[in-house]
Amino acid sequence: MSLLKEPDYGTPQREGAATVEVTIDGMAVAVPPGTSVMRAAKHAGVDIPKLCATDSLEAFGSCRLCVVEIDGARGTPASCTTPVAPGMVVRTQTEKVAKLRRGVMELYISDHPLDCLTCSANGDCELQDMAGVTGLREVRYGSGVDAGANHMDLLKDTSNPYFDFEPSKCIACSRCVRACDEVQGTLALTIEGRGFDSKVSPGGTDFLSSECVSCGACVQACPTATLQEKSVVELGMPTRSVITTCAYCGVGCSFKAEMRGDELVRMVPYKDGGANEGHSCVKGRFAFGYASHPDRVMSPMVRDSIADEWRQVSWEEAIGFTARRLLEIQAEHGTGSIGAITSSRCTNEEVYVVQKMVRAAFGNNNVDTCARVCHSPTGYGLKQTFGTSAGTQDFKSVAKADVIMVIGANPTDGHPVFASRMKRRLRQGAKLIVVDPRRIDLVRSPHIEADFHLQLAPSTNVAVVNAMSHVIVTEGLADRAFVEERCEGFEEWEAFISRPEHSPEAVESITGVPAADLRAAARLYATAPNGAIYYGLGVTEHSQGSTMVMGMANLSMLTGNIGRDGVGVNPLRGQNNVQGSCDMGSFPHELPGYRHVSDESVRDIYNELWGVSLDDEPGLRIPNMFDSAIDGSFRALFVQGEDIAQSDPNTSHVHAALAALDLLVVQDLFVNETAKFAHVLLPGTSFLEKDGTFTNAERRINRVRPVMAPKTGKQEWQIVAEIAQAMGYPMHYDSAAQIMDEIALTTPTFAGVSFGYLDEVGSVQWPCNAAAPEGTPIMHADGFVRGKGRFVETTYVPTAERSNRKFPLILTTGRILSQYNVGAQTRRTANVAWHPEDVLELHPHDAEVRGIHDGDMVSLASRVGQTMLRAQIADRMPVGVCYTTFHHPVTGANVVTTDQSDWATNCPEYKVTAVQVAIATAKADARSERGELVAGQ
Amino acid sequence: MSSTTLPSFVRLANDIAVQFAHRPVEEAASEIAGHVRAFWDPRMRRDLYAFVERGDEGLEPAAVRAVEILRGA
Repeated sequence: MSLLKEPDYGTPQREGAATVEVTIDGMAVAVPPGTSVMRAAKHAGVDIPKLCATDSLEAFGSCRLCVVEIDGARGTPASCTTPVAPGMVVRTQTEKVAKLRRGVMELYISDHPLDCLTCSANGDCELQDMAGVTGLREVRYGSGVDAGANHMDLLKDTSNPYFDFEPSKCIACSRCVRACDEVQGTLALTIEGRGFDSKVSPGGTDFLSSECVSCGACVQACPTATLQEKSVVELGMPTRSVITTCAYCGVGCSFKAEMRGDELVRMVPYKDGGANEGHSCVKGRFAFGYASHPDRVMSPMVRDSIADEWRQVSWEEAIGFTARRLLEIQAEHGTGSIGAITSSRCTNEEVYVVQKMVRAAFGNNNVDTCARVCHSPTGYGLKQTFGTSAGTQDFKSVAKADVIMVIGANPTDGHPVFASRMKRRLRQGAKLIVVDPRRIDLVRSPHIEADFHLQLAPSTNVAVVNAMSHVIVTEGLADRAFVEERCEGFEEWEAFISRPEHSPEAVESITGVPAADLRAAARLYATAPNGAIYYGLGVTEHSQGSTMVMGMANLSMLTGNIGRDGVGVNPLRGQNNVQGSCDMGSFPHELPGYRHVSDESVRDIYNELWGVSLDDEPGLRIPNMFDSAIDGSFRALFVQGEDIAQSDPNTSHVHAALAALDLLVVQDLFVNETAKFAHVLLPGTSFLEKDGTFTNAERRINRVRPVMAPKTGKQEWQIVAEIAQAMGYPMHYDSAAQIMDEIALTTPTFAGVSFGYLDEVGSVQWPCNAAAPEGTPIMHADGFVRGKGRFVETTYVPTAERSNRKFPLILTTGRILSQYNVGAQTRRTANVAWHPEDVLELHPHDAEVRGIHDGDMVSLASRVGQTMLRAQIADRMPVGVCYTTFHHPVTGANVVTTDQSDWATNCPEYKVTAVQVAIATAKADARSERGELVAGQ
Repeated sequence: MSSTTLPSFVRLANDIAVQFAHRPVEEAASEIAGHVRAFWDPRMRRDLYAFVERGDEGLEPAAVRAVEILRGA
């Protein structure tokens, strides 16, 4: 494909039927009411010159280049700010407007450097284009320094690692400022000064020091070279585009990978991407350098013992070695002695093939996925209540929400592009309830303030959600008609939730949430026309993660907030393909499509197609694999694209398990922490080389298209299939498309999905089948997947992880905008400029009593281990609670987290660890692992 | 036996049991048995059975009853 330039309609689309008919340059066109003349003209095939207008931003009307003549109207109105009216007759190309436009262009060019031939935007500059379109042939005022007062001497700001700001080329169109306001919602940019002194400014400082979050919206909006990617400055303009999907968070943004030959020049968010609609964040937009980082492993490596040096070997040898060792171990220790972990960073097709290898070639169900340690409670809880393990809405739905409840999620850091959508709705007036121990940015940010911040004590989510339901039931706010028609189990549940012990007053001493606030928040949610819940790992990563998911489902059913736009229960998934990896049968108890392994009719589908007899018993979950490795019954593990040695809790336990294995096979881009325990390292492919699909948090299946051949010579699914073959099980695919065809053939919710269909429609949200050929943006619209929604009693049970005199603080963990999970990708990019190390946020009171100052190195100790990191004094957390991230292996925050887990799914309780913090005194405070839980502490 | 020295599968069984503690023991046991049957690898179930055979100290009564249900199934 050549370089894709998407059409720019100048102003945003308006909703509604095309009922307003107008005539533009003699052509009739009908558009929705409220549409601008400029946009209507574009629909009619007429391009009106413009500079300050672009269709991602509301009209501004400053450049005066888009002036037109309208019959019966006075003067020459700007077409961007003029809405259409019935019967309007517009002329866009008259002598009068042509003269005006040339005059405007003359003024712009008189204060613009004439360095087009050497300018980095040459060929991609709207100012250059408009000079041509308007027929500019001379500048009567001279140009540059010859024209008198000018802005040519303004200094270039190169502080941002990814883009430059060159104010001498700025035409003060305000597109960047408006993009920061309207699209991103950060409001980091402003026009400083007045009149001729007006200039764009990131708040009076440089870009890196400013509040700019480097989402790239300003760069994308800039019509000149004023804001320009450094990669374009360095490499030149790209020449071709490939539409693909970001490999970071669960938002799953669509991008144009813009290439020069095989070199990626830049990632530009794709306007037709259903998830992001042209927006991006710093990771997806800029942090792709890891894909070509010198640390990448390009050749397979093998060693007999982890004490040995790695040996580079051929693919044949690595695959043969892996298969031989797996068979030997099974022969000696039994069929169930080996297994695999799939990755949410890999495509659906790659994941499907790994679970197939386990089930068909290994002959067991010992396959689990990294979703085990993040959103497995979502799968369990939503299946129990609604009947399917997935969020209920599309992202767009938030634009219709009247009350938004964010529970245990930090969207502006973890899911920034969705957060921008949410902030847009909040700026329009939607109410906000934040339920979080930490004062996340959403609680108070420009033009946004939460109506309620229920700052609960960590681990008391269930008590809070029960109390909200209690208020709604006992105050008569329930939507009884909805409950009656659509749900079951209500009477029993109503009796349960109405008990006095669930009242806000009764739980206030447990949760720390003032009863009056909780009651008011419950009333606000219950009485909203549309109430929507968005949640993250602050819900799931608890000993009652699954209970909390069911508690939120209860709440939504109770208020009828399910089955239409603007409502629902919406998990914000951590990694790009968490939803997909779960859909693909990665759990040890479920075949693809969330069908239990004990279901004979489902097993028969695969038995027939795969020519095997599938095991009807659940396999080991990740924590069970670790326990079984230590007890000796589990001896070999294949790990696809995950760094469990860093990401999983209680590092010493994980390390002991990995060290006990006879064979550890790691498929990854890098020699990660887990690879230090591995016997085989199979180099993986980056998202730029993969061919497949990702499924995002809104169940949207998006194509991941290769922009270059695999640097390692093989696709990851190919390697897995070859291992299965070498083990004696015939598995072969000619392409990733063929794998998706098999998925569609065997999984009812994917029946209508194929690469061909995705190429045709862009993306689709499952279920996609004969009943829903165009997919399903909103689930449970006419009925729940399980028939009736099920109310589940959710007893609050305090966590066993308690603070005491020795460990008096509670640590909770999270992530930050610029880094991603264990940091394997983002630490190998310039994103380290924003977050070079993990820090411990500590409340001023907790710091003061320990004599800790901002920036001090402190020791962080729990019952299972200790580490050392820098303290950051912050009052975001309540007294007694501290917070850190887990992006850097040097700190290894999971050295201190324990193996407490969710009762239903074994999802670790990352969010609650009793710790002590002290000034670091010596090397003794450096990272150490205690080896086992110390009883009684 | 301290809860922290119990085997992980016993702690997990107890964690499940307390979720259903508000229900009569027989109902709770049935829920626990159903959950364990659906989600636990057979070797974990065998370990749990063996733990009960050796004496069930530290295991919640409803979980003990769940083991009986599972073994009788």
